[in-house]
Amino acid sequence: MSIDLDVWEIVIGLEVHTELATRTKLFSGAPNEFGGDPNTNIDPLTLGLPGSLPVLNEQAVELAIRVGLALNCTVERSVFSRKNYFYPDQPKDYQISQFDLPINGEGWLELPDGKVIGIERAHLEEDTGKSTHIGGGGRIHDATYSLVDYNRAGVPLLEIVGRPDLRSGDEARAYVSELRSILVAVGASDGKMEEGSLRIDCNVSVRHRDEAELGTRCEIKNINSLRSLGRAIEYEASRQVDLITSGERVQQQTRHWNEDEGRTLKLRSKEDADDYRYFPDPDLVELDPSQEWIDRVRAALPMLPAARRHRLAERSGSELAQTALIVDRGLDELCLATIGLGADPMRTITHAEHNLSDPRALDMDPAMFAKLVRMDVDGALSSTQTKTVLAELVENGGDPAEIADRHNFEAMDTGELDSLVDQLIADSPIEWQRFCDGDPKITGFFVGKVMKATQGKADGKVVTALLNDRKG
Amino acid sequence: MSTDLQNARQISSAVRAGERSAVEVLDEHLARIDEREAELHAFNLVTADGARAAAAAIDVAVAAGETLGPLAGVPVAIKDNLCTRGVPTTCSSRILEGWVPPYDATVVTRLAEAGAVMVGKTNMDEFAMGSSTENSAFGPTRNPHDPSRVPGGSSGGSAAAVAAGFAPISLGSDTGGSIRQPAALCGVVGVKPTYGAVSRLGLVAFGSSLDQVGPFAANVADAALVCEVIGGHDGGDSTSIPLPFPSVSEHLDDGVEGMRVGLVTEMMGDGIAPDVAARIHAAAEALAKAGAIVEEVSVPAVTFGLSAYYLVAPAEASSNLSRYDGVRYGLRIDAPTTGEMMELTRTAGFGDEVKRRIMLGTYALSAGYYDAFYGTALKVRTLIREDFDRAYERYDVLLSPTSPTTAFAFGDKTTDPMSMYLNDICTIATNLAGHPAMSVPYGTGEDGLPIGAQILAPTLGEIPMFKVAAALELAAVAAASLA
Repeated sequence: MSIDLDVWEIVIGLEVHTELATRTKLFSGAPNEFGGDPNTNIDPLTLGLPGSLPVLNEQAVELAIRVGLALNCTVERSVFSRKNYFYPDQPKDYQISQFDLPINGEGWLELPDGKVIGIERAHLEEDTGKSTHIGGGGRIHDATYSLVDYNRAGVPLLEIVGRPDLRSGDEARAYVSELRSILVAVGASDGKMEEGSLRIDCNVSVRHRDEAELGTRCEIKNINSLRSLGRAIEYEASRQVDLITSGERVQQQTRHWNEDEGRTLKLRSKEDADDYRYFPDPDLVELDPSQEWIDRVRAALPMLPAARRHRLAERSGSELAQTALIVDRGLDELCLATIGLGADPMRTITHAEHNLSDPRALDMDPAMFAKLVRMDVDGALSSTQTKTVLAELVENGGDPAEIADRHNFEAMDTGELDSLVDQLIADSPIEWQRFCDGDPKITGFFVGKVMKATQGKADGKVVTALLNDRKG
Repeated sequence: MSTDLQNARQISSAVRAGERSAVEVLDEHLARIDEREAELHAFNLVTADGARAAAAAIDVAVAAGETLGPLAGVPVAIKDNLCTRGVPTTCSSRILEGWVPPYDATVVTRLAEAGAVMVGKTNMDEFAMGSSTENSAFGPTRNPHDPSRVPGGSSGGSAAAVAAGFAPISLGSDTGGSIRQPAALCGVVGVKPTYGAVSRLGLVAFGSSLDQVGPFAANVADAALVCEVIGGHDGGDSTSIPLPFPSVSEHLDDGVEGMRVGLVTEMMGDGIAPDVAARIHAAAEALAKAGAIVEEVSVPAVTFGLSAYYLVAPAEASSNLSRYDGVRYGLRIDAPTTGEMMELTRTAGFGDEVKRRIMLGTYALSAGYYDAFYGTALKVRTLIREDFDRAYERYDVLLSPTSPTTAFAFGDKTTDPMSMYLNDICTIATNLAGHPAMSVPYGTGEDGLPIGAQILAPTLGEIPMFKVAAALELAAVAAASLA
């Protein structure tokens, strides 16, 4: 199933729907809340009752502008249109959505590795309700009856349409992660994929490396996690390559990702697509945010993940890629403060990246972190001891020097270690032979023994170095 | 019919002064309804019990010395496409069978706050699609002046209710002439305000960019008062103009001295019955005699109004009426699948004219046809507005007949939809432009049936419009007393 990536290129474009974290729905005062008993967050408009009229939620517009600006989009004069189609969970049997004139035009997003992905547009629309089909195969066509919950109907969505600039499942996942970080950073969304706050439609095509034109794409729906996204792309790309190599053509289709079976299944082909009969919604007026409003929103934007990564990389001298996880955990401010207090930048970054997964690290005192980094760099503590002290510092706070004292931590002197290692080699001839034969797994055996004998005071790296010395 | 029963302002001041009780006023109107409703069928529902309770509450408030609104104790009839809390709202369609709105339309709330007492919901063409009330699923309304004739439509029930003295005032809706044309045919005053001047919240939508709520009344001053009560900004309607309704009442006695009135050439020629044209010419002369400058003016684009309207209105309707799918409320015909259920429900629930317009509108919006049909219609709409604007540079208001003929007989135009559509040639362009217009009775035709003069005005030009209407009303009374 795996594709020869020297021959084939996978081309991916994502459409991400995000529910905006407003108090009320896009066009009515009904609450925008997840959960709740079915059909409780509703009002006349949510049910599409005769005579009800939509009134645009200003908070939703502001959040849309925030996201647009964060994605470097142009904020435009926009118009709401009606997308007409009959479906029970669509209470008016049309969806109010921005069609030819979206609020956010052309923009871009930068991945942690520095690659730039184009954004075509990001437009406002209302969500549908949720249908549950009882009986038959759980599909609307053969169900005995269906239940509809309109709590979600009318919840504001921002559909962010990305350019087909992504080239692998990993890149697609990085894109969604980055987008999610941005949405959370600007307060537009809670980013919860499991609650449907973020939903992904994925367009996949493949082409020969020497081909200039894009291949025929398929749109994959029902992707509910980052993991599924990667799997679905891999499956779909393989399916398309198989079709082409066996002399068939890829047909433009909408396909459904089946998580359990790990494959995509045809939902409908292009020819079956509905004619949505879009036209401007006469119940609403044109949306044209003033420059002053846009400027005010821009001024209030927090620093965004990409800018934070660049700032951290610049001030610490580390690689951009190293900063991604730190910024993701929100530890960049701590690192900057720690470095600002004179701590070794690279060592600070290394600890933040590898040893600070505990969320309580956010509350750490940079002065104490800096002190610990200094002890580490000076060799006052072994790397194992440093980790122990750091873990305790994160958990309980305090002074690293005191914590080290309490543990009786002091760096071993090398002479002591030398004799310990020699003794160990003499006691374990079989293991030593394996080590000399280059079995990498056996290193741990020796390091472990030394650690046990020294109650963790020895530095693992030093022990390894001593072993390697003796191997010759 | 006695004049005081037909004058909302007189009723209200008598009730507020404690000279007459609201219950007594109501009973007199209910008695009239009892007398003629079986014959005329102006109402889908008479809400006598609710009305009695409301009237009694008014009387209690008067006795308690409370300050009451300008329509205290005035019976009002409400077109059955305006939502009324707890009272069925049918749009004269089977598809809304059993549906009871949980809220009042903004205009209904404002009438109630002004002290008006709702006596019932009036019959109409199904979903306001028609010009004769013959498209009601519950049978037609008859013209009180001649029960063998139609009352006009689509607000035929509301027009007939005022003409028959069932209520001194009523509300209708006007998408292409649905207030003005029945007002003309029933010999009452009917006003279509500027688009956005009266809230549409709670009005069941037909053509959202054209629909406008307005009053029927037996006289111009009552119509003005009702406009002021129901009009003005409503935050619940995004297309509502953020201004109070123009204060028309205080200008009714201004006269028309020096006002410039344009008689629209395109609405006086082909298709206009000679007796109707003659009365409108007489109206023009009366205005000139009262000091207005009256000239003929050409507004060429209005001739495209009918074609543009029959793309725009059905297109919007096809979308607005999608929600009647049997899922949430109203009629449902069960079937094995959801798709079939929707199809059977809509097939059974909608009448022929509604289906015709849904198909027309669906076609106009379809991929590949949008630009040629809907797109072109929008351009024509702009042209019409521009032509009107040019005319309003030179004239304060325009004058025309409201309807090409007096009330026609039942069945006259039902076999040929086009002949029915042509009935709206004088009224439709106003809706496309979003302008106000009103119909004022001006004499009768050769058959003795009422003729209406239409006064058209630019956006928010209600004050000059009402001034001319008041002058015409005065002239009509004078002419009648001479005859």
